[in-house]
Amino acid sequence: MEVTLRPGRWSSRLARMAVASTLLAAYPAAAQGTFITVSSTTSTEQSGLFRHILPEFTKATGIEARVVAMGTGQALDMGRRGDADVVFVHDQVAEEKFVAEGFGVKRFEVMYNDFVIVGPKADPAKARGKDVLAGLKAIAAARAPFVSRADKSGTHAAELRYWKAAGIDLANDKGPWYRETGSGMGPTLNTASAMNAYALADRGTWLSFRNLGDLEIVVEGDQRLFNQYGVMLVNPARHAYVKREAGQKFVDWVISPAGQAAIAAYAINGEQLFFPNAKAGG
Amino acid sequence: MAERDPSTLHARDLTVVLGGVRALDGLDLTLEPGLRTVVLGANGAGKSVLLRTLHGLIRPARGEVTWSRPTRQAMVFQRPVMLRRSAFANITYALAVNGVPEPERTRRAAAALARVGLAAIASRPARVLSGGEQQRLALARAWALEPDYLFLDEPTASLDPGATAEIERVIASFAAEGTRIVMTTHNLGQARRLADEIVFIHAGRATERTAADLFFDHPASREAGLFLQGELPWK
Amino acid sequence: MLEIFASLGLALGLIGGADPTLLGIVVLSIELSLVAAVAGAAIGLPLGALIAVGRFPGRRSLIVLLNALLGLPSVVVGLVVYLLLSRAGPLGTLGILFTPAAIVVAQTLLVAPIVAALARQTAEDAWKDYEEQLTSLGVSRLRAVPTILWDARFSLLTVVLAGFGRAASEVGAVMIVGGNIDGVTRVMTTAIALETSKGDLPLALALGLVLIAVVLAVNAGAYAIREWSARHHG
Repeated sequence: MEVTLRPGRWSSRLARMAVASTLLAAYPAAAQGTFITVSSTTSTEQSGLFRHILPEFTKATGIEARVVAMGTGQALDMGRRGDADVVFVHDQVAEEKFVAEGFGVKRFEVMYNDFVIVGPKADPAKARGKDVLAGLKAIAAARAPFVSRADKSGTHAAELRYWKAAGIDLANDKGPWYRETGSGMGPTLNTASAMNAYALADRGTWLSFRNLGDLEIVVEGDQRLFNQYGVMLVNPARHAYVKREAGQKFVDWVISPAGQAAIAAYAINGEQLFFPNAKAGG
Repeated sequence: MAERDPSTLHARDLTVVLGGVRALDGLDLTLEPGLRTVVLGANGAGKSVLLRTLHGLIRPARGEVTWSRPTRQAMVFQRPVMLRRSAFANITYALAVNGVPEPERTRRAAAALARVGLAAIASRPARVLSGGEQQRLALARAWALEPDYLFLDEPTASLDPGATAEIERVIASFAAEGTRIVMTTHNLGQARRLADEIVFIHAGRATERTAADLFFDHPASREAGLFLQGELPWK
Repeated sequence: MLEIFASLGLALGLIGGADPTLLGIVVLSIELSLVAAVAGAAIGLPLGALIAVGRFPGRRSLIVLLNALLGLPSVVVGLVVYLLLSRAGPLGTLGILFTPAAIVVAQTLLVAPIVAALARQTAEDAWKDYEEQLTSLGVSRLRAVPTILWDARFSLLTVVLAGFGRAASEVGAVMIVGGNIDGVTRVMTTAIALETSKGDLPLALALGLVLIAVVLAVNAGAYAIREWSARHHG
């Protein structure tokens, strides 16, 4: 009465389904033409800049650019692991380290936008003005709620530099007024909006942000708030998979007159978000 | 099937413990070929456990079941388990599992259905058949395996009289072709109609094995006498 | 409360307007979740039934492990799949990180334990009814696995749907391994997360309502199929 297992009608059908599903899953990847993966920041993606300029890049080169948006720290890590062909971020210090370590080929400056401090319209800390350091000092002195991204992003790195420059030692001064969300710009602004707190934000994300609540810009226009973006090809010598040619074409294009013009042309409600400043010839 | 050499079954010192209770307690039994055996006994005497142990579904804690020669066997349960497929496929499944190749499989399944009068509903899903039809299908499925021994555990307990008569007719015809029938029932009329011999079980032991025509009037054991008195109070 | 009604209107508008971008996202979501549900079922159903029917050392531990995996945090799965598929990882040569295939892999890993754990329960109940009859017919435990799966198919459809639901509602792992790339790996849930982080809560909620509608439609369809077949097969 002992019987061995014979694959019946049922199991062969299952096998066919499994094969079909594997093919189906692989299909979208295989069906695409040339594409590169760009690791970039939430600020550029969420502001809508990429949706505006990438079609022009694709039209010019026939290359599709796929953007994975995350904090600058994570975006650089993606490059370090070889998961991106191009890194397009905004933390000059970290970027230079990235290139110095041999992960990036060469850093090119592309554009800048600026940071703003947003806060309650009533401005209980009296932080309003043009001076970022004075504004932060006022917030810390008033123990007014401030929401930090605390996610090792470019914006977070900038925020920490401003606190330091303002002479405020967060390590000692960090009270309940200083809240760390550990998340992206958008979620941090959502938190600030809900708490009616101050926060440092990039102008692009702020302008495209909808859930304003009672928040508005309280500090802007300080030279120190300028936020430089750089672009670099991930070093093919480190990661053989890097699409050197297509990736380089992307770098070349964003710093070319055509790319720079496309960046300059992007605006929300008539307000230009990013200011191209690539040096001619790299 | 009739031409197959008969096989004798010996059960020796069968002891089965279920849930801390001795369902069988050192039971000895010999079943000789060519007879129809009905196992009787009060509720909880161990009838069903005996059939399952003889069929190999329950491993005895002590004792053993031996056959005088390799023997094919099948069992029909009180509540038939129908696979969720057609009546026909229920039979071909059992045949396929037992290594019967096509087209033999199809031929035997069709013959089995015809045998129990279910040829017309071969393609119907087995689960939507009536209780009587399901039990006939279970009989056909067992019969298709061409068993030497067929165990039936209260095969008509949940059926109406019409369906019961039909099942009895099928069982009798299987036996007439040489299939060794071993069944339990609560229905003494049925036992009288179908049995050549009666095995009476009490407290996990076989207290007697008596020819059916003798048993109902002159049970050998005191326990069987009391049982018959309880079941047939007018005697 | 007003916001929810506004979102409802917006959701209806989105569905009615058949916006091609939204349509692409919805189709991708359904497609990937279905593939993951099928793949997870291909792994989970036999595994669950094998554990239900089989008798082998370590079976109990396996059941506990499987039940524990029900609560597997999707972010952890995402992270593990990311590290595996990353160019620097052991499966980096496949080059499927940040593609729909990577999403399917992560979803499948999340779906398979759910399907296996629920299928085990279903198959164990069925096995209780079938064990004597199948053993009597000479069916080995291994051979009983496909039989049980086929016979419990209507109940197991619900199990697979639960897997589909998990795949479709998954965001953490999908975000990590898919990268939420516009037009490539952006699915309903990551689109919702994106709109939430852009502060466009009404749009995010509207997308959520569309997602619910999609999942509801798939479930209703499957339920109808199940009812119909159950009526015809008993």
